Order: sequence, then structure tokens, then C-alpha cells
Amino acid sequence: MSQDTVNIIIDGVEIQATAGQTILEAADAAGMYIPRLCHHPDLPPGGHCRVCTVKVNGRPASSCTFPVSEGLVIENDTDEINAQRRRIIEMLFVEGNHYCPSCEAGGNCELQALGYRLGMLAPTLPYLRVKRELDATHKDVYIDRDRCVLCGRCVRASSVVDKKDAFGFENRGIKKRLSVDAVHGLGETAVSAADKAAQVCPTGCLTVKRVGYATPVGRRKYDKTPIGAEIEKKTAKV
Amino acid sequence: MAKPLVATGFFTGCFGCHMSFLDIDERIIDLVELIEFDKSPINDIKEFTRPVDIGIIEGGVSNEENVEFLREFRKHCKILIAIGSCAITGGVPSMRNTVPLKECLEEAYLNGPTIQNDGIIPNDPDIPTMLDKVYPCHEVVKIDYFLPGCPPSADTLWAALVALLQGKEVALPYELVKYD
Ligand code: SF4
Ligand code: SF4
Ligand code: SF4
Ligand code: FES
Repeated sequence: MSQDTVNIIIDGVEIQATAGQTILEAADAAGMYIPRLCHHPDLPPGGHCRVCTVKVNGRPASSCTFPVSEGLVIENDTDEINAQRRRIIEMLFVEGNHYCPSCEAGGNCELQALGYRLGMLAPTLPYLRVKRELDATHKDVYIDRDRCVLCGRCVRASSVVDKKDAFGFENRGIKKRLSVDAVHGLGETAVSAADKAAQVCPTGCLTVKRVGYATPVGRRKYDKTPIGAEIEKKTAKV
Repeated sequence: MAKPLVATGFFTGCFGCHMSFLDIDERIIDLVELIEFDKSPINDIKEFTRPVDIGIIEGGVSNEENVEFLREFRKHCKILIAIGSCAITGGVPSMRNTVPLKECLEEAYLNGPTIQNDGIIPNDPDIPTMLDKVYPCHEVVKIDYFLPGCPPSADTLWAALVALLQGKEVALPYELVKYD
């Protein structure tokens, strides 16, 4: 056992992690799925959505930003924590305008998939019904803010990977919205459909044009397989 | 023992959820053995005359008549189920919710590209008054179960109905719960 190894316990299971990993990364490596939305494996963690919240030694913390250390005791897959996660997903559904039946992301959408995995049959909170602007000014990519969950993946990807800083957020609280670094919309930015930013949106908000609905219903990513199964499968084989 | 009574209601939707219900194929023969239909567009019974065990609602609530009928369903049904995106979220009709009603009506009847001569916004007492928005059923009355989908598949509807008729909790397998 190298010096870098730290021992942690997740849901009663002892696992070996590597110093410098976050709890979420250590859990992934051990084949234990912690639900997450704003986190993307190719990007630095954002810590925005709180879906990945676990209890660390009894206190809630976001596992995508929390570094492992020797002896941490973590609760993840409990009824209490999953109910809180479901509540966050419900809030995202009623804050946005999510018309799943007509959305290109349907079946491949991480927000939907989290709803399925966490057992949401219907959001039980009242819908906000706020008008949000569509930006179709770019020839290859569009923004449908009805579907934005403000996860910041595109913001981080555009800054860290594409080095374009094309996206950001403006306003605060319930008025917070995705903004682009241009006066007249996305078409004026240097964004291209090949950018990392255009590939990482968990929902149907930042979407490449003319590729939607390619996969038939029944064969889309989450039609038969729950989100997280790809991580859990890793250990099932060992 | 008398068969359980099932009523179905159709509000602001496209009838697709009812069509999906009919898509249970030959199981419809089992269904006739299992239940008796009360008020439903399937048999065209228009009024409730007795208490009903299970009410199934398709469509959201967009006008005064929808509100009245939905309340009737709640009053007469022991268990009320909302099926489909329209009933659960308002669905496609609720796309009008972010546009003021006046603008919607003006676009449809006065300013739209297909209007010939001078249009007129219909205002006949026989036409139910529209609500400001399209509401999901559970924002109007208490709903006991939700079966999402656009429409929920025949398998989803069948599995849920059979579970309820057997007095069990509805626990659907993963692939039967979809929002689209
Ligand atoms: S982004 Fe996802 S949750 Fe939102 S409408 Fe599209 S499929 Fe549904
Ligand atoms: S556009 Fe997509 S990736 Fe960007 S913040 Fe919104 S949901 Fe996240
Ligand atoms: S949920 Fe879909 S199938 Fe059902 S009434 Fe609405 S649009 Fe039609
Ligand atoms: S995934 Fe950790 S806060 Fe969003």
C-alpha cells in the first residue's frame, strides 16, 4: 500500500482512495455511483448543483469538490439524501420550462435520467413558467434557456478546454441566466460545434443543430439503462 | 362481487394517452373481465351517477370546463391517476404559458399569417372561458398517482392498473417510466 493511499468508508464499504482525489472520483473508481449533475469528468469541478451532496462524518458536503482523507465516513445512498436530491431535480424541472416530449435531448438527458433514477414521477412543486430567451443566432449551435440548469459545464469547458471564455452567468438568484460574450448572441462568438463547450451540456440547452432525434426511442442512452449504471458496472465485473 | 369501476377523462391533451390505453392489444379482453367502465369517452357516458374506484385523467387544465370536470372526477373517484405529460406538467399545450393569454388569442385570431380579412376573437357563451395558463392536474385537485410519458406506454398503463386492481402499490420497472 503506497503512502498515497487513504482509506475511506462509503455506505459501510471500505474503499481505498488516492490522496488528491475527490470523494466523487474515489467512489467512481470503486464502482460506487454518487448522483451528480454539474460535474463532468473532463472538467474541473464546479460545485454548483448540490446533487452530489453526501454526508461526510455526519455533515453534508458536495462530493465533487471534497478531497478524500484518511478515515472519512461517508453516507451516500440513503433514503434521506436521495429524497433531498430528488427535491433538487424537482426544483430544476419547475424552474425551467421542460417540454420533454418535444426536446432533442429526450432519452439522452442527464436531468431526465436523474429524475428516473431518483424516482420522480412528477414534480410536486408549482411551476414557475418564466419566459426565457432562445438564442438561434449561431449557424451550428443554439441555446434554449428553457432547458438550462445553470450547471456551468459550458462555462468551464469554454474557458478551460476551448480557451474562448464564450459563456458566463449574469444576474443572481432566480434571475440568474446563461450569458454569451457578445452583444447580439451566440453567432457573434468564436464558438464552434466542435468545441468542448458544445459537447458537455447535460440537458438540451446548448445543442448542436441538425443532429437531433437521430436515435430512435428505445435505443437512447437512458431508455433502458439508468444513469450511473456504467460506473456501478465496473466493480460488478471484478 | 361487482367489478371495480373505472372512469377516464380527457381534458387539454391530444387523446394520445387514451389511444395508448387502447394499445394494450388483446389484453383488452382481460380488461373487460377485470373492470367496468363508467364515465369515459370510450363508452361516451357523460355523467357520473355513482362512486367510482379509479379515475384516469389525460390532459392538463386550460379552461373553466376542465376545472369543473376535474373537480367532478375528484369528487367521484376513490383513486385519481394523472397520465401523460399534459396532465402532469401541462405538456405541449402549456407552451403558451410564457406568453400572455391576450397575445396568444390575438396571434391566433387577429394577427396570424393565415387570418383573412378581419379576424375576430370568439366569445360565445358555449365556448368555455380559457384560463390564464395551462395547469397540471395536481395544481387543481389532489392526484394520487402519476404515470408520466407522452403518452405513457400501454405496458406502463397496464402494469399500473393491474397493480391498483390487486390492491398493491404501483412499482414500475425502470424502462416503463419516461417523461416523453
Ligand atoms: S432538457 Fe431534459 S428535462 Fe429538459 S425538456 Fe429536454 S429532455 Fe426534458
Ligand atoms: S447551457 Fe447546458 S452546460 Fe451550460 S449551464 Fe446551461 S445546462 Fe449547463
Ligand atoms: S401526454 Fe402526449 S399523448 Fe398524452 S395527451 Fe399529452 S400530447 Fe397527447
Ligand atoms: S455534481 Fe457536485 S455540486 Fe454538482
